[in-house]
Amino acid sequence: MIELQNVGLAMGDFSLSGISFRIEAGQYAVLMGRTGRGKTTILEAVCGLRHVRAGRILLGDRDVTDLPPGERGIGYVPQDLALFPTLTVAEHLAFALKIRKSPQKLIDERVAEMADLLSITSLLKRKIQGLSGGESQRVALGRALSFHPPVLLLDEPLSALDEATRAEMYDLLARIRDRTGVTTLHVTHSNEEAKTLGDRIIRLEDGKIV
Amino acid sequence: MTQPLPQPASVPSGPARVRFPDWGFFLLLGLIGGSYVLLVVIMLAADFFYTEPSDFLDSLRRPEIQYAVKLTLVSCTIAAILSLWVATPLGYLLSRFKFPGRWLVDTLIDIPVVLPPLVLGLSLLILFHIEIGGWQLERWLRDDLGFPVTYRVPAVILAQFSVAAAFAIRTMRVTFDQINPRAEDVARTLGCSRSQAFLQIALPQSSRGMMAAFTIAWARSLGEFGPILVFAGATRMRTEVLSTTVFLELSIGNLEAAVAISLIMVAMAMLVLVVLRLLGTEMRS
Repeated sequence: MIELQNVGLAMGDFSLSGISFRIEAGQYAVLMGRTGRGKTTILEAVCGLRHVRAGRILLGDRDVTDLPPGERGIGYVPQDLALFPTLTVAEHLAFALKIRKSPQKLIDERVAEMADLLSITSLLKRKIQGLSGGESQRVALGRALSFHPPVLLLDEPLSALDEATRAEMYDLLARIRDRTGVTTLHVTHSNEEAKTLGDRIIRLEDGKIV
Repeated sequence: MTQPLPQPASVPSGPARVRFPDWGFFLLLGLIGGSYVLLVVIMLAADFFYTEPSDFLDSLRRPEIQYAVKLTLVSCTIAAILSLWVATPLGYLLSRFKFPGRWLVDTLIDIPVVLPPLVLGLSLLILFHIEIGGWQLERWLRDDLGFPVTYRVPAVILAQFSVAAAFAIRTMRVTFDQINPRAEDVARTLGCSRSQAFLQIALPQSSRGMMAAFTIAWARSLGEFGPILVFAGATRMRTEVLSTTVFLELSIGNLEAAVAISLIMVAMAMLVLVVLRLLGTEMRS
């Protein structure tokens, strides 16, 4: 479950206030709104990457408003993906587990499982330079999901992909939802994405949730 | 049926006529830029033709020159390592975070770059010898810690470091500016603390910048002269580095030796730059 209660945010000379919504556990919610209206800022606040001026953020039964990003248990895929240029694909999938000091055997198993789910097994040894848009997207998804987070945040994940790849990603995101049951908040300005993927659509208009 | 839009008579149509050919453009760039390259080459050539091979050999055989070569290599390397040591955290802080007084720090680290080198040496000398309520830094280091600085080797390294670090900090700041901070943000959502995100994500990406910062700091240290002369002196077999050797030889009218040593410095600098560049290429691959 993701719940925002009267959240207030500021970015430069632009601010949002009174943002409230609730996404039930296992739901796939799509947050829609025009470009530059603060959708990404809301995602960053849920992640803990942006300071919240007012209100509370709850994940499950925990109040995470003042927790550092790493303690929130969120898989985050930013719009620019922000893959790690010095790591291989396998190291991306293992990263969060290594930080958690998981045993190597478990890490290897999880990397193989994620690579299979995302159809990137053949890419595991490669560095990220030279991956296609769709491949990079899969790596970023795998990195975000590797540590079984209960919450997944996707920032315009399909905007930079060509049509054929986008169709593949629709299937993949639906498969991930069915297989993992992760509560997802997907930000987009595309009606098609919202209709295809969302159980629920949240609209951000003029700085308010409607 | 749609009518074609009428063209205003003043607008020229059809293919553009290229007035200045591309080869002319490149020739112009080459001539203007090449004039500087030519200046460097003819200066080195003039030095080279001014000296005899025997001048080199005579210089290299002298124990005080051998000492200066060794001290130069050691002091420049230590100064460059120290510069990188402070430049990496400071460059990261300045690049990533807004903190109170950031503009002041930003301005302060430029002071060693714009200050006349002699003034910097004088400032170091005063810092170590100013009396504060009967306490003096140099006396405390020498008498209580057994580590005298002024007119000793540590003074050479400190003089080199105080200028070289400023250049290294600038380089590291630009390096971190060019690294996407989002990757560190994502690492933090994956469970990293800020320090883990820095060590595991930002630092490995900055390896080329670190190599560049080290190289710049080393080269600056090699060329440092003014602060060393004031703060460390130019005592043979003690604080003499190659830049001060050139000065000492010139001051006693031994122009041939001064030029020969200058060319040894050029060779050393080129060797170090080539080795570092090769190391950098290897790291990238």
